[in-house]
Amino acid sequence: MRSAIHLASAALALAALAFGAVPSAVAADTPNPPADAKAFRDFFTQKFPKVKLEDFVNGPYSMNEDLHRQWEEKEQFPPYEFSVDMGKEMFSKPFKNGKSYADCFPNQGIGIRQNYPYFDEKEGKVITLELALNRCREVNGEPPFSFLKDEMAALTAYMAFTSRGKPFDIKIPDDPRALEAYQNGKRYFYTRRGQLNFSCATCHVQSPGERIRAEVLAPALGILNAMPIYRSEWSGMGTISRRFTTCNTQIRGVPLNPQDDEYRDLEYYLSYVSNGLPISGPGARP
Amino acid sequence: MDRTDTRFSAPRRLILQGIGAVALVGLGNIAFVSSAFAAANDKYPEDAFKAKTEADAIKALYGKTAEASDKVKLDAPEIAENGAVVPVSVTTTLPDVTSISFLVSENPVVLVASYKIPAGTMPSIANRIKMAKTSNVIVVVEAGGKVYSTTKEVKVTVGGCGG
Amino acid sequence: MASTIRVRATSNGDITEVQALIQHPMDSGFVKDAKGEIIPPHFIQQLTFEYDGKSVFVADWGGGVSKDPYVKFSFKGGKKGDDLKISWVDNKGATDTTTAKIQ
Repeated sequence: MRSAIHLASAALALAALAFGAVPSAVAADTPNPPADAKAFRDFFTQKFPKVKLEDFVNGPYSMNEDLHRQWEEKEQFPPYEFSVDMGKEMFSKPFKNGKSYADCFPNQGIGIRQNYPYFDEKEGKVITLELALNRCREVNGEPPFSFLKDEMAALTAYMAFTSRGKPFDIKIPDDPRALEAYQNGKRYFYTRRGQLNFSCATCHVQSPGERIRAEVLAPALGILNAMPIYRSEWSGMGTISRRFTTCNTQIRGVPLNPQDDEYRDLEYYLSYVSNGLPISGPGARP
Repeated sequence: MDRTDTRFSAPRRLILQGIGAVALVGLGNIAFVSSAFAAANDKYPEDAFKAKTEADAIKALYGKTAEASDKVKLDAPEIAENGAVVPVSVTTTLPDVTSISFLVSENPVVLVASYKIPAGTMPSIANRIKMAKTSNVIVVVEAGGKVYSTTKEVKVTVGGCGG
Repeated sequence: MASTIRVRATSNGDITEVQALIQHPMDSGFVKDAKGEIIPPHFIQQLTFEYDGKSVFVADWGGGVSKDPYVKFSFKGGKKGDDLKISWVDNKGATDTTTAKIQ
């Protein structure tokens, strides 16, 4: 672990030196998301020179040959198919008031997943896809779904499926509140918490490809591109909300509520630094 | 089930036992009607799914013991990503394959799946099985009236039975 | 309501490859729920594939087959456009059947 930390710090330092050291040096006062994204990407591509950039979206499967083979076999006829079908069916059924999900989204909700989350300048908040879907329901007189699984997972699975292959295209408008949200997410990502005193980075930046107990850790680069996911561990689908909350629990921290500000900002940050990598969702994971 | 009657004389008893044995097999087939499908060749091997050991399961399925064969190729991971879904496949060059079965030595029910291969169907199958913990995965092939098997140990770190 | 059976059957002119994915809990009867009570066994026992009125494959399954079970096999014959009939019955007596076209 310690050698990994040294390597990580060394690589980050090297990246900062090699690529635009000046902006990074004053990063504490002036956020520079493009520099962050480049440094983030370079850190992982240098750490894993044999992994193609677009393969990082496959998480642990990009880190381990044996796992990759098992995943390939399952992708021939993947377990999330039923969820995608259910999502497609839900998308085509109108609400009681005659409107449908298509009315809430650009391009009828098709092929737009890669643009989420976005910063809503009117509201001054980050809007994620899951939040947008439940808002769509509420605005049309329908009860919201749980953010964690089942229907919400089916809807996001279908929407992700229609965006497969499209690169993440998260925008940070020239608005101090958007930068604030981005920085908030970045801070959350690197802050230690819980009894185990882990930050997201502890596992996903310092130790990707290594094992925590029996699980092989995924790299943080591209980690949201495969969402929502069918996890063997859950024997079912889970959304970004499900993964954030269960991860907090696993490091013996108290999870926040799904779609709380920190989680949405975290999703904003993580998605932004994976800009350019293709949406691969929905995905399968151990 | 049939029973030989001890009142008969010895030779007659022997003949009857012989007939009884044949009749037993036939009656045995008819007795397993607990599932909805009861077609003569398509009976569900209820007893095999109750067997506690590999040997018993194989005996229940095929009536004989299996011999190891390198002509049966079993493809299974070194370490299962998760014991709940372990992709396992088999292929064989043995001719006249009529059945292929998958067993997991440490599962609470050793027999996981048994497949009937009619003539014209290839002796290659891929499926996804549950493994409770690190076990031997045994694949059994019935070919030309004989029974062959091959084994591979698959490590499981996260049990597939919900644990 | 859509069938629980998803099938992909493709013929290369000589051999037809069949993949099936079925939506079913495949509860083994060995797992406890959150309250500590056993979830009763509920799994497909037999899955059959018929082509041209004849059986081309029969799967006898127990609770050790994964949830949302998958199987892949191939058989000689089968032409594009022909029907493949797939049926299953589970330990509760429930059934489902579907007919898929060979691609």
